[in-house]
Amino acid sequence: MSNRIVAPSPHLHGDFSTPRIMRDVVIALIPAFAFSVFIYGLNAVFVTGIAILSCMLFEWLIDRFMLRRPCTLGDWSAVVTGTLLAFNLPATISPWLIILGSLVAIGIGKMSFGGLGRNLFNPALVGRVFLLISFPVQMTLFPDTAGVDAITGATPLAFVKGALKTGTPVAEIMPNIDLGGLFLGFKDGSLGEIGALALLIGGIYLLIRRVITWRIPVFVLGTMFVFASILWLANPELYINPLFHVFAGGAMLGAIFMATDYVTSPMSKKGQAIYAIGIGVITILIRVWGAYPEGMSFAILIMNATVPLINMYVKPSRFGGNSPKKK
Amino acid sequence: MLKTFRLGGVHPHDYKISRDAAIRMFDIPATVTIPLGQHIGAPATAAVKKGDRVLVGDVIGTATGFVSANIHSSVSGTVTSVDAVPDGANLRKPAVTIAVEGDEWNPAIDRSETLVRECTLEPKEIIAKIAAAGIVGLGGATFPTQVKLSVPPGKKAEMLIINGVECEPYLTADYRLMMERGEELLVGCEILMRALGVEKCYIGIENNKPEAIGHLRQLIAADTAFASRIEVVPLKMRYPQGGEKQLIAAIAKREVPSGALPIDVGAVVQNVGTTFAVYQAVQKNRPIVDRVVTVTGKKLANPSNLLVRIGTPISSLIEACGGMPEDTGKVINGGPMMGRAMANIDAPVTKGTSGVLLMDERSSLRASEMPCISCAKCVDACPMGLEPYLISKLSRLRLYDRLERERTADCIECGCCSFTCPSHLPLLDYIRLGKAETMKLIRARQAK
Repeated sequence: MSNRIVAPSPHLHGDFSTPRIMRDVVIALIPAFAFSVFIYGLNAVFVTGIAILSCMLFEWLIDRFMLRRPCTLGDWSAVVTGTLLAFNLPATISPWLIILGSLVAIGIGKMSFGGLGRNLFNPALVGRVFLLISFPVQMTLFPDTAGVDAITGATPLAFVKGALKTGTPVAEIMPNIDLGGLFLGFKDGSLGEIGALALLIGGIYLLIRRVITWRIPVFVLGTMFVFASILWLANPELYINPLFHVFAGGAMLGAIFMATDYVTSPMSKKGQAIYAIGIGVITILIRVWGAYPEGMSFAILIMNATVPLINMYVKPSRFGGNSPKKK
Repeated sequence: MLKTFRLGGVHPHDYKISRDAAIRMFDIPATVTIPLGQHIGAPATAAVKKGDRVLVGDVIGTATGFVSANIHSSVSGTVTSVDAVPDGANLRKPAVTIAVEGDEWNPAIDRSETLVRECTLEPKEIIAKIAAAGIVGLGGATFPTQVKLSVPPGKKAEMLIINGVECEPYLTADYRLMMERGEELLVGCEILMRALGVEKCYIGIENNKPEAIGHLRQLIAADTAFASRIEVVPLKMRYPQGGEKQLIAAIAKREVPSGALPIDVGAVVQNVGTTFAVYQAVQKNRPIVDRVVTVTGKKLANPSNLLVRIGTPISSLIEACGGMPEDTGKVINGGPMMGRAMANIDAPVTKGTSGVLLMDERSSLRASEMPCISCAKCVDACPMGLEPYLISKLSRLRLYDRLERERTADCIECGCCSFTCPSHLPLLDYIRLGKAETMKLIRARQAK
């Protein structure tokens, strides 16, 4: 035996790998995808398919012709970005906008920083917010869904916001809102954000597979619930039921799948809590007082920007206490 | 709820395939090579020269200074050389080579199997005997035991903790000792308690070894002197629970502050093997001339626990256990998490050789690196609460001056970070580099 391998310890490795984690995220998104297919039919398949394929294509083109490096599609992160972008789009959006959104998500959101692991902002959200600001009409035109109650054509969040603006008291709005239906996902909204229950199932899968920890989702949703509860208890005539905030819009999708993005969330547990609380607070601020009915994407992007700072100043709990012994 | 430590840790599969192999006496080889530096600290000074006749247990190297240890002959025979000999990493280190003739022991050593229960020696005398016998931490760290037992003035030991955790996968040497030498081990605990002047001893054992927990509990319950002072503490299986600081945290819920020693929180930790060696040294006048070595590997024909004379070539142990499997990639001295892959398998067994592990070629190779995705798994896995990704990155960029603030010197090199990294980054490789540089900076400042 002349060519013995000599390397420093450890000589064992756990079974985690980046592609495995990314594949798990894709698997966890399947229940929500299945639910959108059930609601929106083939449209859901087209939008998701186009988004995934164009994200992969742009990543490959940029790798090949701009960064001139080996193809990085094997890490599966482009598939995750594509799926998440699709989940943030209306089911009937024009294919051209999907392709444009994918270009922005992959090109600007991810590859311009140097690819996987280096981006500051969640790529799928960069794509979505770009489209939302540039094409506000197309991005908020949701197809009416069969079997959904009084609120049609607008998302529950937009409906409530519009009603409150015109001075309708909450007591008159609430009968139009079915919280159980909201939770199951019978509501209008972006492709993948509607099925709160399906997203929750995916989240549990990620927890079991130890891809994510409970911290970020629980702190995001918990903060939203607590903040909204305070407002609701202060004036139930003016502010809506806190459960509505947690079930409506992109709360579940954002808390479970977007805020937990490894690259754009803090490293320490304390840091993750601060980041998640920030997302919850900003989301409710925008939803209640902002110009947009939904604030999840903006909240996540804003908190993404604070991550390097959080990482620098919020250190993990050290063994033996955080203040070193002075000698 | 079973006890365990607070921060980090990982759960590697334990692969204790040699657990049921009783300790087997290994043949005395024709020649032994006994290194003079088998411990942390200064190597011993040779006390013999070429041509000298030695008996088993004779001193062949005397401790050089306080942090050092005596070295004894493990065989009887003639010294053929006192020279530099390649070690496991092929670095030449001073060693005494002895050609074996028979098996004649130093007459002061009691070789009988009878249990000597009583010890009436003063603490100082016990420590002196331990120092004379060249005892070092046999768990692998090889820190001279008499230094650990000499409590500095102004500090007080409150408890003795015996490390029966053996959290390294594959290794079973300590487990076999607990199963086969339980009585001696418990007497060893009493001697150590006497030396330290403490009234409480905890034996930490992970719950993957229920037989050892049950066996020792039974022995303790059978003897009132043990029952009031020695307690077996079952621990939840988690690596690196056998780390000194982690074990204290698990058992006593006390964390040793950064830069401090276990004695600062009133604890002294000794490994099971060391405790058995202490019994032999104090009650039987027997220095360290042999030790239990687990020889194991998934493809090895007969994974075994062998009682081996110090200085026996490691290659001969592998031969005796069925020979080297065809596709062996690595031969590791120690366990898979902290052991060293050897370049030279003819290197001798030393006091620190707890195991010899053969890994096949496929599992010996590292997967290729991918970019860091900031998943924080290394931060969550670090038992010291450090940020491995950051320390590794700073070391890679040679920003050594920033490392001290990040508590790099606290790293225990357990390897949890590299183990858990989904991008297969060699985090610990770079952290070791950075830690060495940080220690250099700290020493330079202290020297001023």
